[in-house]
Amino acid sequence: MTTPKTLFEKVWDAHQVCPETPDTPAVLYIDLHLIHEVTSPQAFTEIRARGLQVRRPDRTIATMDHSTPTTPRNAQGIIPVTDPQAIKQLDQLRTNCAEFGIPLFELGSAKQGIVHVVGPEQGLTQPGMTIVCGDSHTSTHGAFGALAFGIGTSEVGHVLASQCLLQRKAQTCAVRVDGRLGPGVTAKDVILALIAKYGVGGGTGYVFEYMGEAIRALSMEERMTICNMSIEGGARAGMIAPDETTFEYLAGRPFAPQGADFDAAVARWRSLPSDEGAAFDHEMHLAAADLVPMITYGTNPGMGIPITGTVPTLDAMGDPSARMALDKALAYMNLEPGKPLLGHAIDLVFIGSCTNGRISDLRQAAGLIKGRTVAEGVRMMVVPGSQQVKAQAEAEGLDMIFKAAGAEWREAGCSACLAMNEDKVPAGKYAISSSNRNFVGRQGPGSRTLLASPLTAAAAAVTGVVTDPRTLM
Amino acid sequence: MDPITTITGKVVALPAENVDTDQIIPAKYLSTTTKDGLGEGLFSTWRYNADGTPNPEFILNKPESQGATVLVAGKNFGSGSSREHAPWALQAYGFQAVISPSFADIFKSNALKIGLLPIIVDVESYDQLVSICEEEPETKVVIDLASQTVTLPGGQRVGFPLDGFSKHCLLNGVDQLGFIMQQDEAIAAFEATNPVALNTQG
Repeated sequence: MTTPKTLFEKVWDAHQVCPETPDTPAVLYIDLHLIHEVTSPQAFTEIRARGLQVRRPDRTIATMDHSTPTTPRNAQGIIPVTDPQAIKQLDQLRTNCAEFGIPLFELGSAKQGIVHVVGPEQGLTQPGMTIVCGDSHTSTHGAFGALAFGIGTSEVGHVLASQCLLQRKAQTCAVRVDGRLGPGVTAKDVILALIAKYGVGGGTGYVFEYMGEAIRALSMEERMTICNMSIEGGARAGMIAPDETTFEYLAGRPFAPQGADFDAAVARWRSLPSDEGAAFDHEMHLAAADLVPMITYGTNPGMGIPITGTVPTLDAMGDPSARMALDKALAYMNLEPGKPLLGHAIDLVFIGSCTNGRISDLRQAAGLIKGRTVAEGVRMMVVPGSQQVKAQAEAEGLDMIFKAAGAEWREAGCSACLAMNEDKVPAGKYAISSSNRNFVGRQGPGSRTLLASPLTAAAAAVTGVVTDPRTLM
Repeated sequence: MDPITTITGKVVALPAENVDTDQIIPAKYLSTTTKDGLGEGLFSTWRYNADGTPNPEFILNKPESQGATVLVAGKNFGSGSSREHAPWALQAYGFQAVISPSFADIFKSNALKIGLLPIIVDVESYDQLVSICEEEPETKVVIDLASQTVTLPGGQRVGFPLDGFSKHCLLNGVDQLGFIMQQDEAIAAFEATNPVALNTQG
């Protein structure tokens, strides 16, 4: 009898060009390499300097997302790029893709968008694949039962030239979420609760596999939200076993197998879930029924509380360094220990990002906003994750709901999640954001970020203060 | 990459936990297409005042920290973004090694690729190093790669873990891209027997 294997082990084993030895890491084959303008230029420079080629341009695809503006199109239907650095970076990507024959989703074109939104929606992301990108949120694609993780620019060069990476096998961690989520409690709240419980370093060295009743009940988009923030818990990758929900999502997508090929692929994908009795190196647990909407108060994604709770006190911190970290974080955020966040005034609302910039996220936010208006003095930015999400939202009239409420409806991109373009939160202002990181200065120098679900962010938009979305539903 | 055997360097401590890569190098410095000038952006939020002048309170701006080549930092150093600009910036500034109780996975991998040593020590040794930096700011440590030890001023030696392959590459200046290109035959054989239906060309 063969040893039961986890989902991760099955994907890993199927991609070993050379197995690892005590002296050498495995040579791991990469099925899909996603690239964007920010972390690829130096890698192309390197392979060009060595006279190397891109080994598999047919397994490589590029989009523009990080440094692109999200300002409305001009009269010619073009998204104007004015930042000289961004212009240079985008031009460099065009040149690199043209020279090496890599398809590119050009800014403003129908398929362009955030790399982790376009991969799945185009059907590029498929179960059992190995997927990498020079971006830590590549973990998103694990929602399909792919092994997907972020890499640095040196490794981008490795994959361009060889379609492989040198990798040591990670350990596995089963993350079980039992029970059912209550109304108004979303996938974002699950992952924020997990990171609050186990910390931002809790997953270091592990690949997460999310499982349990609550996970199985989630849509693909919700699963992507969870896998996306695995990296915020320290895990380089997070995976969810493919099932009917996965296959249904993929059917008919442009790059997914079609017809009989699709049926054959599904038959193959059905063998991917972890075997009964497969051993994990570590386990984590959450009870879905206990969860409420979450919000962060500090400067890393682990500094989160139930929205009905209070900011921790220094005394509640176990060790001196955690106390110091909390003290510094609260000073930056200008929040008081022991006080609730409910009712705290906010200045800006950001709905978007690879975490929560998909159509279901926009539907949720629009559902809550509909018939209401954005509170006076609050700026609300809605940034679709891709041009396709934008088109779909417009077809459904969501843009009209947002605009009628007084929100800004913008072009697709990473936007205020990392504020590489002009979409910034002003210094000292509070943003409630559906993105993934609340680091010091992440959304602009001096910005104060409260991470939450799109639903919670939308609730704050209409009241102007931190609000439990369940009270408005 | 040049071979690395030992690093003898002045230590400076930044005793904060979970220093994320947005702090190491903020996103505004990522709009470059080269690796030039990243040293200036290192820790820029902490290093500079709002008007761009150096913040005299920040540890790296203090006179006693000048010339430091070994950074001592709190646990989970380099968390967050996968930007290799973070280790590039540390190296460009002059750091050759970072000592911490733990590193984020992607940061560690990136640092090893460029010869910036991520040295993992136990919490007691870390605390001791932080105290040394505070009390005797001119202190130097010796990092010996072959024996995987950090020698403190008193002669005390602290071991650190390091993957054998990374160690071999660092000690011998082995270029990992060169190494992976030598696997061409095995890669071709793998591709021949593992066809993937996906074609990004449409």
